[in-house]
Amino acid sequence: MSDKHDKHKSKYTLDREYPGAFEGETVTRRRFMVVGGQGAGAIAAASFLLPALGFAIGPIFKSSPHRWESVGSEDLFNPNNYVPVVITLNPEIGEAGKSTAYVRKFNPAIDKDPYDRGDSYIAISSRCAHLGCPVRWVDAAERFICPCHGGVYDLLGRRVGGPPVRPLDRFYTRVNANREVELGPRFSVNSELKRFSPRDPGEPLDGLGQYAYPSRPGAQKL
Amino acid sequence: MPKLPAPPIPSSLQAPPPRPGDGNGKATKPHEHAAEAGTAVVDWVDERTSLSGGARWLMFRKVPKGTNWFYTLGSATMFAFLSQAVTGVFLAMYYRPDPSGGAYESIRHVTNEVFLGQFVRGMHKWGSSVMVILVFLHMGRTFFFGAYKYPRELNWVIGVVLLILTMVMSFTGYLLPFDQRAYWATIVGVNINGTGPLLGPYLSDFLRGGPEFGATTLSRFYAIHMLLVPGLIAALIGAHLYLVAKLGTTAPPWLKAEQNPELREADA
Repeated sequence: MSDKHDKHKSKYTLDREYPGAFEGETVTRRRFMVVGGQGAGAIAAASFLLPALGFAIGPIFKSSPHRWESVGSEDLFNPNNYVPVVITLNPEIGEAGKSTAYVRKFNPAIDKDPYDRGDSYIAISSRCAHLGCPVRWVDAAERFICPCHGGVYDLLGRRVGGPPVRPLDRFYTRVNANREVELGPRFSVNSELKRFSPRDPGEPLDGLGQYAYPSRPGAQKL
Repeated sequence: MPKLPAPPIPSSLQAPPPRPGDGNGKATKPHEHAAEAGTAVVDWVDERTSLSGGARWLMFRKVPKGTNWFYTLGSATMFAFLSQAVTGVFLAMYYRPDPSGGAYESIRHVTNEVFLGQFVRGMHKWGSSVMVILVFLHMGRTFFFGAYKYPRELNWVIGVVLLILTMVMSFTGYLLPFDQRAYWATIVGVNINGTGPLLGPYLSDFLRGGPEFGATTLSRFYAIHMLLVPGLIAALIGAHLYLVAKLGTTAPPWLKAEQNPELREADA
């Protein structure tokens, strides 16, 4: 019994009594052919599957350069009401790449949150934080209202009703040398208006939300 | 004196039985040639492929007593898919996946100017809804008749994958006209995919081909809609059908097993 056991333990095929074994051979030719053939097949498959996979998921890791876009002279904007401006989110696809933002001057009476200090303009994205439909500012109600599923936001873009999971996103703003307001990259905020790198709609940022919905690689807040 | 029986002759050496026609199988007159043409072609193919055995296996099956109109929902779904495939091929001859106006313009051209274009596009558009409805009716039939039980579980799983792929077809096809409804429905749909925790944001980036809806989104949806998913659906329908033919169909649940022992095939 122990003798047979020893025979099967040996690394030499000759000791294991394989028919046709060579002196000093550790792997049978059949096994070598099987492993070699399957290995070559795997390499051949990987050589076209891996590039195709990388091609398909590559855009996830693409980071686009920050764009700043002038939306008009400083005279256009006031601290008490929003002015809609058209901005270009994606210059490659014509009208479909444009969106609306709502801009007003910083108002110390209402913009009391510490994160807003230092910005002379507040620019709110019209992309609803529920599923991305375009909200509009309704002057009479002093609310942003979404046409799709009834999301309602207040003057600061904070949710006051409906299904949205966080306030409306915002854009960084600056004033250029020609005294024109420029809108920069988008950022997301949580219910305390704390800033986060841009998220997609439907992704909460309160509590564990910022960990359950990580920002994409390469996307940073300024 | 009794006559001995004739010695057995191998069938290959026996004279073939007389065949219809004046020439005993050898067609001599033109109308006989014409009458034999179809059989001759089928025989030529069958001699080289043995396809007739497979066709008999697939089509001449025993079906249980009580088989009724509900059992046609699966074929109805398959024919809805075939209709989508045929009309889709013809729409693809005119469609341009160009997000800066070309896609919308090509659909407008098909609808308003191409001969029968509105009809073919309508078949594809309404046919997609018909297919989704038929998939669910077929699923309901399978569920309520208990046809998902052993040994047909794998066929149920394949069917669920086919349901998901049909949904993918509906989702990706909805964007292609590239009008306001298509654009916003896709924005909402992609964001619904993004609400899944951890992987959701990456899934929506994959669907859009980047952080924003862009030029690649439309061509990506077009490639998924007309290349990737139809191939998968066709292959899985093949597997689904093979298992149906292999395992047979179930009797409806209201049919009791045959009580008369003389009529029970298993006991005979």
